Amino acid sequence: MSAHSHVDGKLPHEPEKATLEGRNKVLGFWLFLGAETVLFGTLFSAFLALRHQVGDGNPSSQELFELSTTAWATFILLTSSLTSVFAIQAMHTNKVKSMIIWLVVTVLLGLGFLALEVVEFATYVDEGHKFSTSAFSSSFYTLVGFHGAHVLFGVLWISILIAQIFKKGLTVVTAPKIYVAGIYWHFIDVVWVFIFTVVYLMGKVG
Amino acid sequence: MAHAHKVKRYSGLMDWLTTVDHKKIGILYLIAGGFFFLVGGLEALLIRIQLWKPLNDFVAAHTYNELLTMHGTTMIFLAAMPIIFALMNAIVPLQIGARDVAFPFVNAIGFWTFFAGGVLLNVSWFAGGAPDAGWTSYAPLATNTFSGGHGVDYYVIGLQIAGIGTLVGGINFLATIINMRAPGMSFMRMPMFTWTAFITSALILFAFPALTVGLVAMMFDRLFGGNFFEPTNGGNAVLWEHIFWIFGHPEVYILILPAFGVISEVISTFSRKRLFGYSSMVFATVLIGFLGFMVWAHHMFTTGLGPVANALFSIATMLIAVPTGIKIFNWLFTMWGGSIKFTTANLFAIGFVPTFVMGGVTGVMLAAAPADFQYHDSYFVVAHFHYVIVGGLILGLFSGLYYWWPKMFGRVLHEGLGKLCFWTFFIGFHLTFFVQHFLGLMGMPRRVWTYLDGQGFNNLNMISTVGAFLMGVGTIVFLLNVVITSFKPRNATNDPWEDGRTLEWSIPSPAPEYNFAQTPLVRGYDAFWKEKMEGKKEMLPAEPLGSIHMPSPSILPLIMAVGLFISGLGFMYGKGDYGDGFKAFLFNNHIVAIIGLAITLACMFLRSVIDDHGFHIEPDEITGDKGVKA
Amino acid sequence: MSTLRPQGPVAEEQFGLMKLTITIMVIVILIVFVIAGYVIIRFRRRPGDKTIPVQVEGNHKLEIIWTVIPIVLLIIIGIPTVNTVFGLAKDHTKDPNALQVKVTAHQYWWEFEYPNLGVKTAQELLVPNDVIISVEAKTADVLHSFWVPSLFGKIDTNPGGNVNTMYFEAPKTGVYLGKCAELCGPSHSLMDFKVKVVDRASFDRWVAAMKNPVAPPQDQEVADLLNKQCLSCHAIGSNGAAFPNLMGIGSRQTVAGILVNTDQPKYENEGSVEQNLEKWIADPQAVKPGTLMPKVDLTQDQVKAIAEYLAGLKLDY
Repeated sequence: MSAHSHVDGKLPHEPEKATLEGRNKVLGFWLFLGAETVLFGTLFSAFLALRHQVGDGNPSSQELFELSTTAWATFILLTSSLTSVFAIQAMHTNKVKSMIIWLVVTVLLGLGFLALEVVEFATYVDEGHKFSTSAFSSSFYTLVGFHGAHVLFGVLWISILIAQIFKKGLTVVTAPKIYVAGIYWHFIDVVWVFIFTVVYLMGKVG
Repeated sequence: MAHAHKVKRYSGLMDWLTTVDHKKIGILYLIAGGFFFLVGGLEALLIRIQLWKPLNDFVAAHTYNELLTMHGTTMIFLAAMPIIFALMNAIVPLQIGARDVAFPFVNAIGFWTFFAGGVLLNVSWFAGGAPDAGWTSYAPLATNTFSGGHGVDYYVIGLQIAGIGTLVGGINFLATIINMRAPGMSFMRMPMFTWTAFITSALILFAFPALTVGLVAMMFDRLFGGNFFEPTNGGNAVLWEHIFWIFGHPEVYILILPAFGVISEVISTFSRKRLFGYSSMVFATVLIGFLGFMVWAHHMFTTGLGPVANALFSIATMLIAVPTGIKIFNWLFTMWGGSIKFTTANLFAIGFVPTFVMGGVTGVMLAAAPADFQYHDSYFVVAHFHYVIVGGLILGLFSGLYYWWPKMFGRVLHEGLGKLCFWTFFIGFHLTFFVQHFLGLMGMPRRVWTYLDGQGFNNLNMISTVGAFLMGVGTIVFLLNVVITSFKPRNATNDPWEDGRTLEWSIPSPAPEYNFAQTPLVRGYDAFWKEKMEGKKEMLPAEPLGSIHMPSPSILPLIMAVGLFISGLGFMYGKGDYGDGFKAFLFNNHIVAIIGLAITLACMFLRSVIDDHGFHIEPDEITGDKGVKA
Repeated sequence: MSTLRPQGPVAEEQFGLMKLTITIMVIVILIVFVIAGYVIIRFRRRPGDKTIPVQVEGNHKLEIIWTVIPIVLLIIIGIPTVNTVFGLAKDHTKDPNALQVKVTAHQYWWEFEYPNLGVKTAQELLVPNDVIISVEAKTADVLHSFWVPSLFGKIDTNPGGNVNTMYFEAPKTGVYLGKCAELCGPSHSLMDFKVKVVDRASFDRWVAAMKNPVAPPQDQEVADLLNKQCLSCHAIGSNGAAFPNLMGIGSRQTVAGILVNTDQPKYENEGSVEQNLEKWIADPQAVKPGTLMPKVDLTQDQVKAIAEYLAGLKLDY
């Protein structure tokens, strides 16, 4: 079975799993997400261990966090998860155009999330909550920033994939890529749900 | 329909730089790992020279700390792990009847990033001083306040880059073993070495990200003014210990499990007997891997975690002795009733068993927390972990290398020199490390640059140094053997030991590029042995002879690693005093670091947009190969 | 100073556990050695032997035996382990009968404070032989570990208000060598200290002597030098300074923890108190690389005079 053996005419129902290469890619990506889970798990542990180490005179989490902004960010990101599901569904029914539209919407929502995060961080820095202020601030920016970097990577990645679909169409080679990017996008959404709970909600409560 | 694509197939140096063939990558891992093993060994000899007499000043105190740090770091990350990966790459796909690994391209990335990280780490020697805070790099000693130079930066960034290589390697082998097994090769028919490679890869997957986070945090502390481990700003030094050992303890099992696998294969082959208690061996391997994550705090009994934690981690640690004991007795009873041939590979394997038991029992002793208050950070611990890592892993690796050398290179290593290598190394090893148990009990702490006269340490340290040199001789004999053998004709048969049991012995030595002309049909455990016992000379094919699709070579993995290397250097020197020239502009604005990352990302981009069609090897080329019948 | 010759109940309890585990483990090793030796000799392949041995899959009875026996052995070790863990974790910091000591580790010296007695000293911990000594350990800089092999196992000294506690008893008078057991920098190996165990009467005399004021050098020039070059960092007798207290330095066993004071020097690092002090003051980095003690601007004669004065700072107890 070779990577490029096009099935003439119609794609199979799950084109991402039609080739051994595709199945490897999906499995390998799940494994990679296992590693990512441990990565964020460790970041969360470090944050939990250090979140009360604010230091004298620095703003505490209660003073800093604006739940309305982060609630909006959460809403945007969760919606983008939904739109990415629509994209994968479109792929399974071989509707390339609708798939591309949903992917573009996903990317735009991701960009919106990033914009909110940049504004949020800028406000914090203004209020005296810099990366090197305290152990709390270092672990906060590292955890949330790592997630932000993941979103940024996802946005770039999906954009490149959209361009590829335009050029090459949906094939057994491109389909696994889209599918895997979809899993990735869900993963960073799930991580955000934890960040919203552990960092922001718990930070607001104390 | 398969149609031929034009793919450039390189030869010579370019072939090695662009290869995605798991067998060649295995050899690259072996060469690089072997090189770092020699570097680490040299560091060990310098350490032993410094300690051969009291109040010696052969090296300065500061240099000594650099040596001990680099010896540990090099041996674990740059020598032991890569040589394990060398064997896994060379053998695992052959043992499961696969043509390649799941991700050949990623496999090459794994090697080149490890190599870039290893080189970066060692560049530190020439760039103003190597890391000197121990391989555990405990904060606050490793923070800017107490290690001002760039030494620890090299540790943090070098390991980070090498760690990426290891992690993707682990993912690759998991996917390979899950997805690429030949028809009939069920999980419970997999050879023991493949099983241990599988569990080791799983441990890598779940342990290395913790190290990644620890290193990122320490890097942020050192380079960007973070406060994770900076006690004056609320940071927590014990947090580093936790993160490091949550990674560090599974790492120990990542190292030792493949050695268990090698020993299982070698003892079974040279006893002409099926591995005793195969299912309990598999069970024990899985259990060790699982328990390996539950015991990290036994490295921290003296940190002051309190009696409840100490008691729990004591008991959890002791439990690991049970599956390990199962393995030891299974090996002994594999030999029982067998017909044991003492090849060099088997000498190393048989030497491994009692040696590893000695390292294992001191492990149980260390697990008793109150007694560990006495052993901890003394030479007793040094003796313990060298018994398990050298006496366990390195003997296992030597065994594996002698055993699979013909399969990797087509030549059998010289047996006489091999036996000389075994005896010098084995005797040297016990001389070096057995006496260190007593040094520790007598009160000699580890990582000491020197010791006072009149404390009773002199003779034992002298013996230990003599032993270390004997191990050095053993290593030189091995190198000599490799050189001499490489001038011999390449004449190893498919099954040079004649007692081969697993699939790799059913194909030519060295294996052709496509491994199996026809994917074999596996009809039971010890698949090849089963066919041999039924009088056949080769495996039943599971498919007709046809054209074989191969992945194309690529230079991108190497360039990606170079990008990371440049970026690492850029980050490290992002805060220097360069006056106000061009250099200051480049480094202090992190432009070098960004260029490096851009190179890596550009490679990822290219990989994503350019489809890899690969190429095909046609049946006439396959039947033309020597030793393969259509 | 060996762990194998315990001189106090804590070290004895730890040694007891060590003996138990070592005994069991030696038995295990012997069993494996015997089986391995027998197998290797009995089942070695004779030249030309082509027979195929019986391909045994396993043996449930045997496998259960070598699973259950180790579990039993571990229970034998595990129970006393857990008992000892909790026994040694007893907190004596509030015990009015115990002697409270605060240990602070520095690169590369040890500070000992007796909070209830108002006394602070360095490098040598003097304790009476009739009470429990309760230790609170922390560090002023990097991690160190506090260890006196023949009296007690180690406890790490952590930074940032993370104080560790332990206790020990030392019924036998004498001097015990202690070491730093956690890599702390270039002079990690040179960070030795002493625990001096004395009887109650002489301990009380020592406490009193520590509080007596010390006469300054008679030579005014030396006194000025001392004030300017030494006492800018160090203190003699009072509590304030952040560097080793020099009170009674003349009667200590070592200078800088590593130069052994003796009148019959036998080895390289031994000498009289005066010689050692001279050697140390003249070039601290040569004795202890990385130490914070600078090479002070003094002529050879001045070093000698100061060493002579310091060597005379003896305590009567």
